[in-house]
Amino acid sequence: MTPATSLDHDSHENGSKEPVSPDLDRRFREAAATAGLLDVGFDVVDSPVGPLLVAATGRGLCRISFRPDPEEQLDRLARAFGPRILRSAAAVDTVRRQLDEYFDGRRRAFDLDTDLRATAPFARRVLDELARVPYGETTTYGVLAERVGAPRAARAVGTVMNRNALPIVLPCHRVVGANGSLTGYGGGLHVKEQLLRLEGVLL
Amino acid sequence: MEAVTAIPPFERFYLEHRDVVLAFLRRRVDRAAAEDAFQETFLRALRAYPRLEHGEHLRAWVLTIAARLVIDRGRRERPLSHELPELPVEDGLPAYAQLEHLAGALPPTERAAVVLRYGYDLTYDDIATALGSTPEAARQAASSGVRRLRKETT
Repeated sequence: MTPATSLDHDSHENGSKEPVSPDLDRRFREAAATAGLLDVGFDVVDSPVGPLLVAATGRGLCRISFRPDPEEQLDRLARAFGPRILRSAAAVDTVRRQLDEYFDGRRRAFDLDTDLRATAPFARRVLDELARVPYGETTTYGVLAERVGAPRAARAVGTVMNRNALPIVLPCHRVVGANGSLTGYGGGLHVKEQLLRLEGVLL
Repeated sequence: MEAVTAIPPFERFYLEHRDVVLAFLRRRVDRAAAEDAFQETFLRALRAYPRLEHGEHLRAWVLTIAARLVIDRGRRERPLSHELPELPVEDGLPAYAQLEHLAGALPPTERAAVVLRYGYDLTYDDIATALGSTPEAARQAASSGVRRLRKETT
């Protein structure tokens, strides 16, 4: 049990490998966001339905994901919005606050700019209609399909819900099957139930 | 056609190189100055990031930014200092800028080694860190770069 050799090695490395302190790290990330140098700023936000990865561009909110590991999202975000992506609490402050208020039951509608430039036109129309479904109410895939003028496209509407880049804020949890069943949800059915319970739709 | 290394999302680039950049700066200036220069280095890297054409030698690239900051800072603060060697200046360009221009046609590794060695006066240990290779390989890259430059400029 003599760590002598590795100690020697460490002492050589010590002067040259002092890690960046959390404080310095935070200062740089904040400066980058404040200077407006980011294509995308993101952070991981705690919520009652689990940690959420939240990302925003200069235009607005561009991604909420139930899969909070940044490594899973970085390449996709870079392809859609540009490579200057950095984790930064400051970049998603407004979203974080409004999500907190929503989960506390103090907010019924989100007041956020969104950036859906990576979403195809048909999906955009569906999501615009989706945004009009009020807090505490539900609708069906078929009704949404009718509202965008494509009454036979209930299944396509389901796909749009499944790929919704901004779940919770664009309330795909309020869309259920024609028979009232919850059908599916990107974050898992238990999350859909939890959100509908929060909004008083389910007991 | 050579395969081009993709430019990584900035977060990944920053996480990979931040400790090396800070250590590099700490060996040259005190803690407060190193932390200032650290922040400025990565802000400059962010500004220049969209102009990168490939993801090769990003460590050398970011250390070049850091080295330039330290040199410029030294010039500003100690314009009469004898600690800094007088670098030959032509058309008001510092040595590193001239070298970058001259070395532009060299293969990337040789170019990086030549510029870091003779433009920024980095040690071969530092250059090895920058290029992700060994000091010996860095020395070879710098000297074959210089040989190639001599051939091309005479």
